[in-house]
Amino acid sequence: MENLIGLLVAAPLLGAALLLCGGRRLDGKGHLLGTALALASFVIGAVLFADMLGRDEHDRALHSHLFSWIPVGGFRADVAFQLDQLSMTFVLLITGVGSLIHIYSIGYMEHDERRRRFFGYLNLFLAAMLLLVLADNYLLLYVGWEGVGLASYLLIGFWQHKPSAATAAKKAFIVNRVGDVGLSIAIMLMFTTFGTFAFAPVLSNATDASEGKLTAIGLMLLLAACGKSAQVPLQSWLGDAMEGPTPVSALIHAATMVTAGVYLITRSGAIFNNAPDAQTAVVTVGAVTLLFGAIVGCAKDDIKKALAGSTMSQIGYMILAAGLGPIGYVFAIMHLVTHGFFKAGLFLGAGSVMHGMNDEVDMRKYGGLRKYMPVTFVTFGLGYLAIIGFPGLSGFWSKDKIIEAAFAKGGTEGWILGGAALLGAAITAYYMTRVMLLTFFGEKRWVPDEQGNEPHPHESPKSMTIPMIVLAFGSVFAGGLFSLNDAFLKWLEPVTSHSHGHSPLSAATVTAGTMVVLLIGVAIAWVQYGRRPVPSTAPRGSLLTRAARRDLLQDDFNHVVLVKPGEYLTRGLVYVDHKLVDGVVNGTAASVGGLSGRLRKLQNGYARTYAVSMFGGTAVLIAATLLMRAV
Amino acid sequence: MSFPLLTVTAAVPALGAVATAAVPAAKRAAAKWVALGFSLATLVLAAIVLVSFDPDGAHFQLTESHPWIKDFGVRYELGVDGIAVALIALTALLIPFIILAGWHDADPLEEASPNRRWRPTQGFFALILMVEAMVVISFEATDVFLFYIFFEAMLIPMYFLIGGFGDRAGGRSEEESATQRSYAAVKFLLYNLAGGLIMLAAVVGLYVVTADDLGTGTFSLQQITDARAAGTLDFATSTERLLFLGFFFAFAVKAPLWPLHTWLPNAMGEATSPVAVLITAVVDKVGTFAMLRFCLQLFPEASKWATPVIMVLALISIIYGALLAIGQRDIKRLIAYASISHFGFIILGIFAMTTQGQGGATLYMVNHGISTAALMLVAGFLITRRGSRLIADYGGVQKVAPVLAGTFLIGGLATLSLPGLAPFISEFLVLVGTFSRYPALGIIATVGIVLAALYVLVLYQRTMTGPVKAEVRGMPDLKVRELVVVAPLIALLIFLGVYPKPLTDIVNPAVDHTLSVVDKKDPKPDHPVTDAGWFSYSPMHDRASGGAK
Repeated sequence: MENLIGLLVAAPLLGAALLLCGGRRLDGKGHLLGTALALASFVIGAVLFADMLGRDEHDRALHSHLFSWIPVGGFRADVAFQLDQLSMTFVLLITGVGSLIHIYSIGYMEHDERRRRFFGYLNLFLAAMLLLVLADNYLLLYVGWEGVGLASYLLIGFWQHKPSAATAAKKAFIVNRVGDVGLSIAIMLMFTTFGTFAFAPVLSNATDASEGKLTAIGLMLLLAACGKSAQVPLQSWLGDAMEGPTPVSALIHAATMVTAGVYLITRSGAIFNNAPDAQTAVVTVGAVTLLFGAIVGCAKDDIKKALAGSTMSQIGYMILAAGLGPIGYVFAIMHLVTHGFFKAGLFLGAGSVMHGMNDEVDMRKYGGLRKYMPVTFVTFGLGYLAIIGFPGLSGFWSKDKIIEAAFAKGGTEGWILGGAALLGAAITAYYMTRVMLLTFFGEKRWVPDEQGNEPHPHESPKSMTIPMIVLAFGSVFAGGLFSLNDAFLKWLEPVTSHSHGHSPLSAATVTAGTMVVLLIGVAIAWVQYGRRPVPSTAPRGSLLTRAARRDLLQDDFNHVVLVKPGEYLTRGLVYVDHKLVDGVVNGTAASVGGLSGRLRKLQNGYARTYAVSMFGGTAVLIAATLLMRAV
Repeated sequence: MSFPLLTVTAAVPALGAVATAAVPAAKRAAAKWVALGFSLATLVLAAIVLVSFDPDGAHFQLTESHPWIKDFGVRYELGVDGIAVALIALTALLIPFIILAGWHDADPLEEASPNRRWRPTQGFFALILMVEAMVVISFEATDVFLFYIFFEAMLIPMYFLIGGFGDRAGGRSEEESATQRSYAAVKFLLYNLAGGLIMLAAVVGLYVVTADDLGTGTFSLQQITDARAAGTLDFATSTERLLFLGFFFAFAVKAPLWPLHTWLPNAMGEATSPVAVLITAVVDKVGTFAMLRFCLQLFPEASKWATPVIMVLALISIIYGALLAIGQRDIKRLIAYASISHFGFIILGIFAMTTQGQGGATLYMVNHGISTAALMLVAGFLITRRGSRLIADYGGVQKVAPVLAGTFLIGGLATLSLPGLAPFISEFLVLVGTFSRYPALGIIATVGIVLAALYVLVLYQRTMTGPVKAEVRGMPDLKVRELVVVAPLIALLIFLGVYPKPLTDIVNPAVDHTLSVVDKKDPKPDHPVTDAGWFSYSPMHDRASGGAK
């Protein structure tokens, strides 16, 4: 069984290699090959899952050591995999949703001449993401971590001829690199503290280290998580990442890659559990981001950007839960999985809408689409109900638990966090209802474009609707299944551990409260967008709305604080290097510059001069040594 | 007497240089094949050196030792340790690619007007082989004087390569290009000559000191380190420091270390791309190699004394080089400044005096050679097509030449040390090695990874993406010869990124030896995990914080 773990990564990696190096002869069948290998990986994952279920819950982890990777002195990194319940959960999510999105892309990318390459990148992403969750040490995780970053870069910029796509891709990579600084330093700290950075020895001996060290490691891991999971203050890349093709947004920028930060924190639980200050930082980041993303989501008219704000916000919930420690780990991961279903479904639905609407993304130019795209409407609608936490659907089970856990943190902190989570639930209900109403209800608002092409909205082909239907099933039932007999809790508890905490509010009160704020959110959205016609150009809006449309001024902030000073600095340094540093030898350099015209004509003559000086130098040496010997 | 393998390895390219130069003018194209043949023969010899080297054997292997200038104790003494073997292999590996990439760089111009200078095809390739021979013997020499001779002599062929063979492209008049080239070549020469002359004084000084203490002066590295270990040779503190500085100055110019770097962007900018690779990937490595071999092993105490200042200079190089790279408008100068940043990492690793730092620095020398070769050579192919080095003259290349753009991106990703590619391993080792002794410096150096992403991705974005510029339209994709150059380099970057063990196995013992001469030990972790059976460890068992029933 252990040997299968490597195959899990190898299958999509092979696909990426074949598709990217295979040349045009694979153009015709490349997408099928890519999809087949994604499915192969899913089947292997399922086999491993069945095998794991067959074993005792404390004996489920598998370990597969492939080879020694970097052995230098006390520094030992290995290529070795570890498959436990936590990794297994991710493996199924990644390969499952991944396979569905491969299938969807067959239809979605049908008319793109570079479809083979697209599937190559998708396979590369799967391989890297699987490596990330299967690595048994932080350095190998780092390889997967940057590998998904690379795949994300390539896919955001897939339509590279659009300058906006190329810029968004670069931005995503560079912001993530800031996070990588955190991961690098965390690994270095582990090495100097424990002499190793493999999960098992570090995590099981975490208590040996001082709290200060653990806090430092935790904060650095948090920085890394902020980059990858688009959390404040490294959130600015996610909205722009919507430049990528929509299946990419669904797979990478909603269901899997952006949740890697949650994985990292949950995996490193033993470190955070013993570093309360780092945990406080984690919950703060989570709470701020869940509100930040939700507010941004309210103001966007671009359907994908509204969903991106929502993703940021939902991951904020997960980070918040992970920061709560053993009370929250299980629910962070549970919400991660249910979110994987409904958010991927929502994005695929958005893609289906765009597919039928000549790639229009402005929701103000939609309206009444439920009549034209019934399957999309129903699947998107179920995803909508799931994300706002409609009772019984997936999001209800997972989000409710997080809100409860936030209160259970206790003290003032618990009230603040719980309050933020509740407020977030209200805003979520508001912006998602807004998306739903703008897109599928009301009157049609689309107009012919400049070339006079009027969109003819139509339902998407089967290859696209079937994945949407499958994901809708997940959005409806996953949460309930997971909560049946606390199945998910029992499954993950041996790895993440779990404690209940003491909530000042009863579970029923929290649920009731959540329902109330949910209704308020839906009602406000209905008053604004359901009851009266929607203008097809956005009104000016309040100060907050305008700020939220500009992503709460994140780019303006970065521009003023980082980009501009950076530009001045580099320009200044180019000048300094040219005039000053070079000028230290200005005398020589300048005279040489003046002489060079003549020297050029005397190339050979100059070389003679040099040769003479060489001999002269040697002669000096000999003379000097003779002299010394004489002395 | 056993077969003098090391002498032959250095002599074959030298012979090749003579043979290439001797090809008659009428058959000038044949000179390329002669040069390529000799460079491949050298590669085979380097492979034999690699195979015959026993990582667990003596420190210096394949040694040859003959008296040369008896009166001054100069010996013809060769020997290799793991670091030298790795760098000889790198050199021998890169030269055939450099020759192939520069296949048409020295073709005579079609309409040879009297004003245009004759481009001697034979000379170009002969000079490259000459440089190779001198670099190889510099890596082999264990006699300081012997090393010095070739360290300096290398400047002559390099001078002609930079000054004599520039880019044909440039959008400037032939006259102006020639002026710029001469300027760059002379600047290169003056900087390195100045460094060399100061080193010469220190070499003389070394002779004087050894003659004083040992009776007979010597330049033998082995003899000097042995005598120091035995206590028969004892430098006065101030003498050792002065001698160290003399040596270090020359190597820092060559490396180059801030603020002695300004010759490099000129030289790499004006030279043809293959020659630029020769400068930064091959010749400059002699500088950092010599720091490890001569500065540290001849003057261990002074090395430790100078460490704080050198570490700071290296750190400045890293950040400064990267910031300057971001500000460049010329593709080749951008890569040159990126190299300055990378040399900062190498020097940082060397003087961190940890196994990870020095092992990482050695791997860095190899990996930087390969990655810069890949990036710079593809950049050269691009520049030849368009006839401009300015970034702003490009745009949308990936649409018309996807393979060229793809290889350029991989070269760039290697340059920014993407995990999975070889440079990541060396960079991370240098960072860890630095961090474990100087946490603050390690953290600042880590910022370099963000800056590297900026200069690489901005370069890629501006040249390769966006709408296709009119001048770029119709640009052909990579030809077979060009693919033959780039594909193996990329394959090697991936292989050494996934499985660097063959390299670390060779390098590790040499690094341990250097550190034992300097008498430095790695800092111990605060709470070492001693459990030997952690591979079989299951995280669910006895986790302190959870899982307990």
